[in-house]
Amino acid sequence: MEVMVILVPLALGLGLVGLLGFLWSLKSGQYDDLEGAAWRAIADDEPAPETPPD
Amino acid sequence: MQATRDFSHYVKDAGPGLRHIDLAVEGVSCAGCMSKIERGLSAIPDVTLARVNLTDRRVALEWKQGTLDPARFIDRLAELGYKAYPFETASAEAAEAEQSRFLLRCLGVAAFATMNVMMLSVPVWSGSDMIPEQRDFFHWLSALIALPAAAYAGQPFFRSAFRALRTGNVNMDVPISIGVILALAMSVAETVNHAEHTYFDAAIMLLTFLLVGRYLDQSMRRRTRAVAGNLAALKAETATKFVGADEISQVPVAAILPGDIVLLRPGERCAVDGTVIEGRSEIDQSLITGETLYVTAGQGTAVYAGSLNISGTLRVRVSAASEGTLLAEITRLLDNALQARSRYVRLADRASRLYAPVVHATALMTMLGWVLMGASWHDAIVTGVAVLIITCPCALGLAIPTVQTVASGAMFRAGVLLNSGDSIERLAEVDCVIFDKTGTLTLPDLEVVNAASIPADVFGLAGQLALASHHPVAAAVAQASGAKSPLAGATEVPGQGVQAMFGETEVRLGRPSFCGAEQLANDSAHLDPEASLVAFSLGEAKYVFSVRQGLRPDARAAIAALQKRNIRVEILSGDREPAVQAAARALGVSEWRAGVTPADKIARIEELKSRGHRVMMVGDGLNDAPSLAAAHVSMSPISAAHLSQATADLVFLGKPLAPVVAAIDYGRKALLLMRQNLWLAVGYNFLAVPIAISGVVTPLIAAAAMSGSSVLVMLNALRARRVANGGA
Repeated sequence: MEVMVILVPLALGLGLVGLLGFLWSLKSGQYDDLEGAAWRAIADDEPAPETPPD
Repeated sequence: MQATRDFSHYVKDAGPGLRHIDLAVEGVSCAGCMSKIERGLSAIPDVTLARVNLTDRRVALEWKQGTLDPARFIDRLAELGYKAYPFETASAEAAEAEQSRFLLRCLGVAAFATMNVMMLSVPVWSGSDMIPEQRDFFHWLSALIALPAAAYAGQPFFRSAFRALRTGNVNMDVPISIGVILALAMSVAETVNHAEHTYFDAAIMLLTFLLVGRYLDQSMRRRTRAVAGNLAALKAETATKFVGADEISQVPVAAILPGDIVLLRPGERCAVDGTVIEGRSEIDQSLITGETLYVTAGQGTAVYAGSLNISGTLRVRVSAASEGTLLAEITRLLDNALQARSRYVRLADRASRLYAPVVHATALMTMLGWVLMGASWHDAIVTGVAVLIITCPCALGLAIPTVQTVASGAMFRAGVLLNSGDSIERLAEVDCVIFDKTGTLTLPDLEVVNAASIPADVFGLAGQLALASHHPVAAAVAQASGAKSPLAGATEVPGQGVQAMFGETEVRLGRPSFCGAEQLANDSAHLDPEASLVAFSLGEAKYVFSVRQGLRPDARAAIAALQKRNIRVEILSGDREPAVQAAARALGVSEWRAGVTPADKIARIEELKSRGHRVMMVGDGLNDAPSLAAAHVSMSPISAAHLSQATADLVFLGKPLAPVVAAIDYGRKALLLMRQNLWLAVGYNFLAVPIAISGVVTPLIAAAAMSGSSVLVMLNALRARRVANGGA
């Protein structure tokens, strides 16, 4: 049962990474346009490349 | 005088050297439009960001500060075939969006905690050979996850419950908060006592399901708010303002102050209230009063936002919100009506009023019952809390928001936009529909009614001549004729008409007197007293076009469909009697009144209400706004006056009247499903509560029952997408 010392924190840690990822995606506005995001995934052409920062 | 367009009001700073503007775009509906717009706009030099939001039908643009004029974006979008308008996010909308994100964050936290607590709970439930120390360890870990998560994710419920309790009310959040807090407290106590069962998983799962419902509810509200915001922007409320003696600029209405002088050209809709200081014209006030005959305007005439200038150019001095005017009267009636309206109690609130006392009484009696039967206080309290947990309104919290979300999506596709969330259930109760005539039963655009009686070549020629004029009636003739190129050398005689030479013959289009066609015009006026007449002379040959607002193409069918549903239909119009009578007869409506004032309309609605009718008002004019607010539920066409559209519960798009019928059908179906869902939730409690009272509930049973009933309710809600006859 010593394995639990590794497994439990590991499981919780992975969950926490997922949660942080979700909070980040929320903050960066990825849930603001769900309808558009659905279409962007199957759009034929690449969106225009972002102009590189100068 | 070409007006420059001034968008500085809408441009915001977006970091060092960057500027930002939001545009509302008409007609963006697919992935194709999205990439077309983004590529088209990104091609403009200096643009650093062009991103379409398909949900809200908007484009966000950022560019390097410099010479680039935002008007260029609008021109570019016009080249691509999209009409765009600058856009300012209303503070109410920003707040809704923020609340929506907060709920989603809570949901994320609650879902994370649920999954992890469940991961720890399943071994406890299934591990019969687990040693007590291990079980305690898992319980402590669960507490460590569930307590902070519940403290964070439960905020929306705790706050709302606290607010309700402070004002002496009980809402659905009170039993939710009590249930969650008691379940957590009991679980901590049980963990300390090395007990076998804890309810951390049930409490946090409950929050997750409820947050799903809350988020759906909120995102529907946010979406309707965004649609309303776009409508405001798409109405293009700009005015041509004098910035110097002769210099004019196109500015948003929000940037116009009382005392400014604006220019109103023929064919333009006035965007402000004010007084004419120069010029003579006729104005169409049908959007304000419902009256379709034109009113003469000269120096000193008051004009209201929404009036259409017909023949001459006017200079208008903008007035502040004026007392004692028609507008002030409408605003006063509107305020009264809005106050009266807020008394409607939503189905969800009615359910929770019944729910809370019943549940709390049951839990209390369970506890006392067990004590009386000789159980220990500890066991009795545990059983009582188990009752609270199992009855916690998981399915109840989802029952209504899920149906509303699905129904509003279906209505959106049928061309109906919602302004308020609870309008769906009010729609279902409607048994009487009152229509305004002008602009509601009729189309706002003018059409030529006697087109068939005029030779095609003459019509074409008249149309070509009409293209030279800004007059709305001439525009209707041009539109109907399908003419593309204006007649060369046409000159406009202000207030009279247009003339030109066609080969050797002089052609004229305008007032009957201008074309020498008074006799013919009198005959036509006799036949159709409603129509505006415009005469056309081709040398000695004279013709008269009768122009008026036509009925919506499917108005008759829509009214018949309403009557088939046993809904009483009435017409109340501010227009003159013959006009209203003709429309009522054509539509098969026997109950109609003409020449009614805004106060009369309200009086009629109140009269119907007192007889037990649930009245739906459909209207577009400024004069309809108070009655829209007074009615049980209200609807406006997209072409309606701003104030009316903001007051109406629903807005419908396009020319047909069918969305009115579809809205009622969807509303009825939705209410049916909401009731079904509530009964499902009640039925679930009938099964689960006896088990809880008898004290044999385990956390496993609670978890299974809770998620089972929630999923059932959500699946049932999906049925709101379809109505029996497809909304027809």
